[in-house]
Amino acid sequence: MADIEVKDIKYTSKDFTSSQDVRWCPGCGDYSILAQMQRTAPDLGIKKENFVWVSGIGCASRFPYYMETYGFHGIHGRAVAIATGVKVNRPDLSVWVATGDGDLLSIGGNHFIHVCRRNVDLKIILFNNRIYGLTKGQYSPTSEKGKKTKSSPFGSIDFPFNPLSLAVGAGATFIARSLDRDPKHLQEMMKRAAAHKGTAFIEVFQNCNIFNDGAFEILTEKETKADNVLVLQQGKPMIFGKNNDKGIRLNGLTPEIVDFAQGSFSINDLWIHDEFDPDSTRAHIISRFAEKPGFPTPIGVLKQEFKSTYDADFHEQINNIRRTKGEGDLRKLLFSGNMWQVNESNKINNN
Amino acid sequence: MEKDSLELHDVTVRFAGDSGDGMQLTGTQFTNTTALVGNDVSTLPDYPAEIRAPVGTTYGVSGFQLHFSNIDIQTPGDSPDVLVAMNPAALKVNLRDLKAGATIIINVNSFETKNLRLAGYDVNPLDDGSLDGYNVVQVPLSSLTSKALDGSGLSAKDISRSKNFFALGMMYWLYSRPVEPTIDWIDSKFKSVPLIAEANKKVLMAGYYYGENTELFTTRYFVEPAKLPQGMYRSISGNEATALGFITASVKSGLPLFLGSYPITPASDILHELSKYKNFGVRTFQAEDEIAGITAAIGAAFSGALGITTTSGPGLALKTEALGLAVMTEVPIVVIDVQRGGPSTGLPTKTEQSDLLQAVHGRNGECPVVVIAASTPSDCFYMAIEAARIAFKYMVPVILLTDGYIANGAEPWKIPEPDTIPEIKVKIRTEKEGFFPYLRDENLARPWALPGTPGLEHRIGGLEKANITGNVSYDPENHEFMVRLRARKVKNIENDIPDLVVAGDLDAELLVVGWGGTYGAINEAVNRIRENDKKVAHAHFKYISPFPKNTRSVLKKYKKILCPELNLGQLSQLLKAEFMADVETFNKIQGLPFKSYEIENKIETMLGEL
Repeated sequence: MADIEVKDIKYTSKDFTSSQDVRWCPGCGDYSILAQMQRTAPDLGIKKENFVWVSGIGCASRFPYYMETYGFHGIHGRAVAIATGVKVNRPDLSVWVATGDGDLLSIGGNHFIHVCRRNVDLKIILFNNRIYGLTKGQYSPTSEKGKKTKSSPFGSIDFPFNPLSLAVGAGATFIARSLDRDPKHLQEMMKRAAAHKGTAFIEVFQNCNIFNDGAFEILTEKETKADNVLVLQQGKPMIFGKNNDKGIRLNGLTPEIVDFAQGSFSINDLWIHDEFDPDSTRAHIISRFAEKPGFPTPIGVLKQEFKSTYDADFHEQINNIRRTKGEGDLRKLLFSGNMWQVNESNKINNN
Repeated sequence: MEKDSLELHDVTVRFAGDSGDGMQLTGTQFTNTTALVGNDVSTLPDYPAEIRAPVGTTYGVSGFQLHFSNIDIQTPGDSPDVLVAMNPAALKVNLRDLKAGATIIINVNSFETKNLRLAGYDVNPLDDGSLDGYNVVQVPLSSLTSKALDGSGLSAKDISRSKNFFALGMMYWLYSRPVEPTIDWIDSKFKSVPLIAEANKKVLMAGYYYGENTELFTTRYFVEPAKLPQGMYRSISGNEATALGFITASVKSGLPLFLGSYPITPASDILHELSKYKNFGVRTFQAEDEIAGITAAIGAAFSGALGITTTSGPGLALKTEALGLAVMTEVPIVVIDVQRGGPSTGLPTKTEQSDLLQAVHGRNGECPVVVIAASTPSDCFYMAIEAARIAFKYMVPVILLTDGYIANGAEPWKIPEPDTIPEIKVKIRTEKEGFFPYLRDENLARPWALPGTPGLEHRIGGLEKANITGNVSYDPENHEFMVRLRARKVKNIENDIPDLVVAGDLDAELLVVGWGGTYGAINEAVNRIRENDKKVAHAHFKYISPFPKNTRSVLKKYKKILCPELNLGQLSQLLKAEFMADVETFNKIQGLPFKSYEIENKIETMLGEL
């Protein structure tokens, strides 16, 4: 298998910028995600020609047109399935998927859970703006219950998906979340995903300033961010708050907010985050923090697990069979089974 | 006991029993042995969609018909000469198909109250004279099997399960077939369970000797080998041939074969077959659904594989949108549709030709693909290679239509020497200079530039593209230009495929046209008409989109055109639309292939009207 990494070529973000005009709405969060990717790509140690970006349909799915790499803009919901075909056929390529909450979790939900289950070595970036943008503003599978949109003028009655919980449940081996308005953090997550072998999933909260403006404001604005966002760090206690005065402890399987000022618990009682915890129960608990009143929204790496990838196993099996059975011989294959010879005198010789 | 020996030219046998009685296995064994002794043979497996329908019921009856002969034959036979009925339900379901005076070999042990009631018989048909016109041979198959295995230590259930080998052994004796091929097969199949292997062999031989010793059979039959062209032969089904064809295309093109597939009857056997041949580098991906099957194949083709996906009607419907994507991105993939009875779930295990219009037209937008069809089990091999050749040369998706009948049916195949099969030329673009993703070559194909190639980074997708540059374009004139270009590209393939061949009497007034799996029945009907000194011609379409270049001139020559199809007239409709041909359609939509006499009678009627 060819090595996808390279050390001696120095790229800049310009090398990854295609000649196409970017056609997202001015102010869209997608610009930041694109910029962070173009800034990160040169440092990933991957040859430009070995990148493939695959997408489905939606605003996010225009992404491949703007990356100066190989790209395939697919059909709605199928990005992950197309990307699986690329990666399984060519494990030497670094295959990335740009997708939205409708594309990945509604029409493409089936492919998403199955790619996680198989652990295909794909990097999936979910642009989650909790709205259908390209179709001009209907509620999405991540929209909050009660949301008023064009297709739910009296409020949506759908319960939303929690994409991180779904990824944990489906067995993704790298699960992270970031924010379009936190470039450094987003870049870091992209680098971590790129380095991971297996299905890497990053949910990026992304603002749609046309149809769902301010959906994540509380998480991205200076005044409110610290009190509402928990930055997960490996081996570090879960601390948040403007003055780093709050934390989370795990009581049995129940997470609890700890306020240091109240004095009953100190920093020593806090939950120490372990990305590599082999039991995904705790990753699942973290994924649901934000659904609890008073809890912060976690960003960072929830979970990383090391196990064999589908594409590697796929080719290992082929190679093993080639070794044990020997390289396929077409003549032997055709001339097999129940054969008999018909010769000139029309006599039959059985083989 | 000395018995008479009688030579026959051709025989049609049907084995029928419960779906758990092993009739498919029995039929397959008889077929393989029959092929080995050099007869020409054609088969028709017919089984219910339920894996194990309630025992003894008519809807649980599984059948396997085969036709063998000392001459070249094309069909599994219109009406059986012999029926082996393992229970009353099998008799009830199959009786109406038999030839007048046919032999019925009956497992008399199963004709008891419960089974008769399950089959809907008020009176035992063995007693009421309803079988008087037939040669009924009553064999206590179950009890003879039990006796043969007395003291074997096997359970009553295992003993009962081997009674099909008794029937097989008996039929081997009756038609002078050797038992050795089946003995060898049993030895290898049941290697790990020697007790079962021994029991099955014992029962097979018990059946054979029973035939020899019983007074129920006074005559033994033999059928001389058929006079086939010399060479090495094997028995092959359409699904096997399809799998071998794509492996051959992979070897001949030097590209890896990637199959994305979701299991579906009656196409799954292609997935099973290809999964065995990983030492050819075959990449089989069992996808989570039909759509993932084709989209993964598209992804694989984009990155340089021979990307294929196998399916049947409902699956083709699900792949529709992705086929459009392959048309738009001009990625070479092959979709194999093993047609079955529709609409919806329809008749999953029965044959039909009703996906033709879906294949040709069933997509949004102006969305031309190449549609070709295999006409016999072994033809699937050559059409698979042809599908790959066209896909690569023109960067276009190709649909290969087969059907349940030729997919599961088997025939002897003269194995070709691989060296005689031409290489498939594939152009992979590596030249950086002047590259654009939608450049055009002399065939209007765009360049195939694979990820991993430095300097050829490009983006393709389902949005309309500007010619040459491949940039997204909403320009009105460009869209019309591209729609016309894609249509012209497919139409031009008519210059690269064989002319429509007319067989039979070129100067006849009546032309019979067909496509796909009806080839054998039409051909046999036409031959019989001609043997009676009447004139008729036959042209069989293997290429439907585009049609062969000479189609119009062929159709014009004949006063009348008859088109038998296992649908409501889909090819007829295409011929009428494209050539204004006055085609008389002749239809059968029963989930079963044509019997050649049905077509023969229709031809007779039309000749009478001339």
